[in-house]
Amino acid sequence: MSPLFVKTICSDTREGQVAQDEIMELVEAEGFPMQDQFGIRLALEEAIVNAIKHGNKMDPTKKVQICVEITEESLNVVIEDEGAGFRPEDVPDPTAEENLEKPSGRGLMLMNAFMNVMYEGCGNRVVMRKSRVAEVE
Amino acid sequence: MAGQRRIDIEEIGDVTIARFVDKKILDENNIQVIGNQLFGLVEEDGRKKIVLDFTNVEYLSSAALGKLITMDKKTKAAGGKLRLCAIRPDIYEVFAITKLNKMFDIRDTQELALAGF
Repeated sequence: MSPLFVKTICSDTREGQVAQDEIMELVEAEGFPMQDQFGIRLALEEAIVNAIKHGNKMDPTKKVQICVEITEESLNVVIEDEGAGFRPEDVPDPTAEENLEKPSGRGLMLMNAFMNVMYEGCGNRVVMRKSRVAEVE
Repeated sequence: MAGQRRIDIEEIGDVTIARFVDKKILDENNIQVIGNQLFGLVEEDGRKKIVLDFTNVEYLSSAALGKLITMDKKTKAAGGKLRLCAIRPDIYEVFAITKLNKMFDIRDTQELALAGF
């Protein structure tokens, strides 16, 4: 990966918002369609907030690193926090009837809906990809 | 943060229309303020019929969905009713993906939300 954008932020969602806006400027300049921009911004928001809140537990001494690469084929984003990680399969399905009113799990679901998402390390590094062309599932 | 109103309030008969001011309901601190202002409609003002108007909203995160779920619960617990309206297709997809479109009473327009309320 030869990143176009690299930034290390504190565990502060305001800093996350700034990084998100900077990345979206690049995404827009690279000509990603509006529909994709919507999903990309939402996935970035959810992934950065997860890293800050659930990964680093808002600990001001811990950082979040964000790397973005844009190629002819795709947008690739890596977000890594300094937390203990997690197993995505342990997160309850937020669309199950018994979980519908609970607050957790929807962020991961939205990330998966709008980008291809993988977790690396102990789950503290998320890799998200958005192809420039419609992918066949 | 208490001074800045994040929702515009309009009253039509006994129905309260709460229109979000922000285009992006993303920032955690902002969502906290919006949540408190919404809950105040029920808990402080005692309003029973509330329509949330999403005309201005272009982005909405899962944290914001959490506040809407709590708002729905609080309204029902107080014997009131909550309707959502004027949600653009991108945002509606967020409700559909999370299946919250089945939980909330969502109407296409403010007019339709007011009808028979």
